[in-house]
Amino acid sequence: MAIIKAKNLGYEYFRRDKEGAVEGIVKALDDINLNIKQGDFVAILGHNGSGKSTLAKHMNAILYPSEGTIWVDGKDTQDAGNMWDIRQTTGMVFQNPDNQIIGTVVEEDVGFGPENMGVETKEIWERVKESLKIVGMYSYRKNAPSKLSGGQKQRVAIAGVVAMHPKCIVLDEPTAMLDPVGRREVIRAVRALNDVENITVILITHYMEEVIYANKVYVMDRGNIVMEGTPREVFSHVEELAKIRLSVPQATKLAYELKKAGVPLPDGILSAEEFTEALCRLL
Amino acid sequence: MSLIVNHVSYYYNRNTAMQSKAVDDVSFVVQDGEFIGLIGQTGSGKSTLVQHLNGLIKTQEGQICFNGEDITDSDFDLRAFRSRVGLVFQYPEHQLFEEDVFSDVCFGPRNLGLTKSEVELRAYEALKQVGIADESFYQSPFDLSGGEKRRVAIAGVLAMKPEVLILDEPTAGLDPRGRDEILSLIRKLHDQNNIPIILVSHSMDDVAEYAVSLLVMHDGKLVYDDSPRNVFAEHRTELEEMGLSVPEVNKIMHLLREKGIPAPADAITIKEGVEACLEILR
Repeated sequence: MAIIKAKNLGYEYFRRDKEGAVEGIVKALDDINLNIKQGDFVAILGHNGSGKSTLAKHMNAILYPSEGTIWVDGKDTQDAGNMWDIRQTTGMVFQNPDNQIIGTVVEEDVGFGPENMGVETKEIWERVKESLKIVGMYSYRKNAPSKLSGGQKQRVAIAGVVAMHPKCIVLDEPTAMLDPVGRREVIRAVRALNDVENITVILITHYMEEVIYANKVYVMDRGNIVMEGTPREVFSHVEELAKIRLSVPQATKLAYELKKAGVPLPDGILSAEEFTEALCRLL
Repeated sequence: MSLIVNHVSYYYNRNTAMQSKAVDDVSFVVQDGEFIGLIGQTGSGKSTLVQHLNGLIKTQEGQICFNGEDITDSDFDLRAFRSRVGLVFQYPEHQLFEEDVFSDVCFGPRNLGLTKSEVELRAYEALKQVGIADESFYQSPFDLSGGEKRRVAIAGVLAMKPEVLILDEPTAGLDPRGRDEILSLIRKLHDQNNIPIILVSHSMDDVAEYAVSLLVMHDGKLVYDDSPRNVFAEHRTELEEMGLSVPEVNKIMHLLREKGIPAPADAITIKEGVEACLEILR
């Protein structure tokens, strides 16, 4: 069954000048159709301003469609009565870790969500423990979040969402402000959510290397979905991606350049290891 | 122009129980026309070090000499010095504050006490250099895209006509195109104005592509100071132990070598990778 389904979804907003008068209408999303199944690991790629975040905000009833419909776990987001259910179904993680942490101790921060949902104290503690273990932050449970690194803070933010037992987590560029080590830690935690806990993951990013673990990739440009498929399928379109301001992983780029020079390498090489093997087969 | 960093050390909370060493006996030289990449894990002391270079942090040990003058001397004019060493912070667009793009870029040179026409001329030149179109000049800087905002912020520093330009992770958080725009802008500034550049980065691919020499920091120490080629070819395992990596192309070369294929250990860019692979297949 589809956890998130969108049909002809469109979203427009007014652009206003300093005095608040309407200057024009911006179409941020245009005729989006999605069908994401429970347990999927979906990546959404696109340059800044392509509509990725606007789409993400529709998945948890922060924004409502101006056209078409989006259903989260079968519930229409436009129906006001569904709002709380929807927000518990999909959790959101945002870009800046510092904006998402409110507790002064890691475990209190993670407990904040379930506490607001009215979960019993005993169960809150169990959920806190379990969520911190999933993201690999259990040993930091008594620490102050302000003393953690960016990657660690972001993992605490993810644990805070996991503790609310969502069916689906939307991560909006969770690694954009992190260093390479922090980025690896967060991606590892996200993969564990999907593999071990079977939580549907929707990862919005423009780091191509993070997309290769997804089982489906949507590429967005100017409010439209312009490509969809497995990472391998999407990354075999090197030129089209470049046209919409995206690039491919370095190994893919190297393979593409060699193919242009006449070397018969297969399509859709994603990593250094795959490249090496493919090249060895030619020798 | 020459900037000499001579045995500089810096402690946070010095002489307290919380004392921690952030920069540990670092020495290097910046000369005209250089393009230096500075890499290191978060917390390795990169940002602390670059803040020394324009006197935002006073040296506790060691000296920094700019054109032969010690910047820590009590009679050294630090205020004038700061406009000569341009420092672009992380997320510089957070420092935009004026009503429109043009006034924002004027802010720096106006504080130098220049005439109005000189201020406006400099702002105009700087905005042209970073490729902001005339029609955006009187827009609010907050209506621009992420990459454009960052270019406006860089223009604000360029309008001071710095003799050295230091950029602390100028591409963080930008999409691939925004990243390419900023990096080619930096290369253009370096080539056309002959300004020495220090580029602090987390991307090995970027420093491999752009930097001519590479500084590697770890635990406050400067561990390597060499060409990117040599650093990546010779110190792959050490870099990985420091939580850093080598460029993807270089990793492929190492993997090929492990399989007994004679790939060059010092190929680091896509272009070199392509040549190396074609050579292997020949």
